[in-house]
Amino acid sequence: MLKQGKSKATILKETGCTVAVKNATFNIEKGEFFVIMGLSGSGKSSLLRCLNRLIEPTSGKVVLNDRDITLLSDDKLQEMRRKEMAMVFQNFGLLPHRTVIDNVAFGLELQHVPLEERTQKAQEVIDLVGLNGYEKQHTAALSGGMQQRVGLARALANNPEILLMDEAFSALDPLIRTQMQDELIDLQKTMQKTIVFITHDLDEAIRLGDRIVIMKDGEVVQIGTPEDILTNPANDYVSSFVEKVDRKSIITAASLMFEKPTVAIFRKDGVEGSLRKMRSSGLISLPAVSLDKHFLGFVYLKDILELKAKGEHTIEKAIMSDVPVAYPEYTVEQMLPFIAENGRPVPIVDRQTNKLLGIVAQTSLLIETTGTSWENVTGNTIDNLQKEII
Amino acid sequence: MIHIGPYIEQFINWLTLNFAEFFNAVKYIVESVVNSVEFVFMYPPFYVIIALIALLSWKRSGLGLTVLSILGLMLIWAMGYWPQTMATLALILSAAFIALLIGIPLGIWAAKKPLAGKIMRPVLDLMQTMPAFVYLIPAVLFFGLGKVPGAFATVIFAMPPAVRLTSLGISQVPASIVEATRSFGATPGQLLFKVELPIALPTILAGVNQTIMMALSMVVISAMIAAGGLGEVVLKGITQLKIGVGFEGGIAVVILAIILDRITQSFGNVKKSNI
Repeated sequence: MLKQGKSKATILKETGCTVAVKNATFNIEKGEFFVIMGLSGSGKSSLLRCLNRLIEPTSGKVVLNDRDITLLSDDKLQEMRRKEMAMVFQNFGLLPHRTVIDNVAFGLELQHVPLEERTQKAQEVIDLVGLNGYEKQHTAALSGGMQQRVGLARALANNPEILLMDEAFSALDPLIRTQMQDELIDLQKTMQKTIVFITHDLDEAIRLGDRIVIMKDGEVVQIGTPEDILTNPANDYVSSFVEKVDRKSIITAASLMFEKPTVAIFRKDGVEGSLRKMRSSGLISLPAVSLDKHFLGFVYLKDILELKAKGEHTIEKAIMSDVPVAYPEYTVEQMLPFIAENGRPVPIVDRQTNKLLGIVAQTSLLIETTGTSWENVTGNTIDNLQKEII
Repeated sequence: MIHIGPYIEQFINWLTLNFAEFFNAVKYIVESVVNSVEFVFMYPPFYVIIALIALLSWKRSGLGLTVLSILGLMLIWAMGYWPQTMATLALILSAAFIALLIGIPLGIWAAKKPLAGKIMRPVLDLMQTMPAFVYLIPAVLFFGLGKVPGAFATVIFAMPPAVRLTSLGISQVPASIVEATRSFGATPGQLLFKVELPIALPTILAGVNQTIMMALSMVVISAMIAAGGLGEVVLKGITQLKIGVGFEGGIAVVILAIILDRITQSFGNVKKSNI
């Protein structure tokens, strides 16, 4: 019916069926931490369940390593679920009649792995997720965080290529959640699993994801890296989320940077040249660079004027070189210490060559820190703002 | 006036005529089951059986039930109803065993296939609400008089709770657990035996308890078709208006009921506290 161009609402009215997911196409790379983000009812959980066919997609393909999963026979599908994909659930889905270690070994038990071997493997992952000492406990006696560790351990025990995580941390306390997120990031770094993670929380998506897909009403709204999404929201829906996000730790110098600032070029611009540049741009300080664009420091209007009074021609003595520099990958959070009283912009230089790449205005930093959007502050564009300050 | 009776009569007669071989085979099997169970209870001296039941009560329940079962069983023996009580116990356990053997798989089926469940529900209602005496008539036609028709009527009467509670237990297993199990590549069999049945076990055991209690009540009634046991004592009390004999038999039934109920209940409770 979708192919006939009917809308979700029409189909619901005519058939009583809700279209959970439509036209969701994306590739997930090996070893990638891929986050599917959306509000409840956006189809994200249904989409995840299509990947291991807990829900059968009515049309479309799920291709894993050049194999279309939707065409697998029941046997092959079971094999795939046992060996290649393991899932972690929001409500844990642990077996209440079994101990922690028996829960963790459950996937291996289904594969008929001998008792001794599966106990040993289960013990390894139990140590890995920090559950040692709890092996013989019944799962109902554990806290939510501990239960989810069991869920994670159970998935890891199968040694799957792909981890499917359905709102795995949503039921946990904020503190525990952050801790689990950190541990998951570490685990992924060491184990190099492909992770497909579902969340309704953009903060979590940004913290975890290499790439994020944002869904609404069963459709993909935007796919991109966390920074793509924060800096270039595809539409109003995405921006409404982005506004609420803590940007400090995500936005980098590279994206805030004003790339072609007015500079005083040492050995080219003398005292007069520098003054003229300051006058025309209305600035009281300029970054100074060498002829091959190496960053040297800053020159200030009052120092140049002093040099002029003394009758000097080069600006060498006016260059303040004890200026801290930032690299493009620095986050706003890391650049906060650079905020200085005199309002000097932060120079961004290339880590290897020490060439000046651009500058970040302090106002930009302040705005990112306080979380106010540009329009609310001045109604101006970024470029204008930068120029004002420089 | 509509006469349904003649049609049912014809149907039962048809069954009796055409499935005589089948009924004979069933009779033979059930008879040997009941007789061997009866032999197990009748052969040892009464104090051995009392000691074993007391030990089981001690293990499963505690001091109270142990004292109760020792005193109660001693009383039965002292009243002179020991053989009848053992015959009744054997018939209850055999019938309950057969009822569970059929009822639990049916319960699983009903939980798995909504259509099967829908069809089974009115049949179960019918089996439970039909006055128990009615089952005695076809039972006699199929199997003659004696223990086997008694067991047959008991099985039919006692089976519904086993089916219902098994079905309930299985459908109450949280969907999230079933989904998680499937996501790890469980076959339907693995799902059933490793997850659904263990989680449903307390509910199924409640069904086992109910089945045994209903079997007990039916076994007394089936004395009317010469199934023997305590029912015969009670029946004698009724037919000969011997109020004392009737109550003696009744007390023996009550003692047996309490012991069976407490012991079977304890299985369900222990499982629950583990979870």
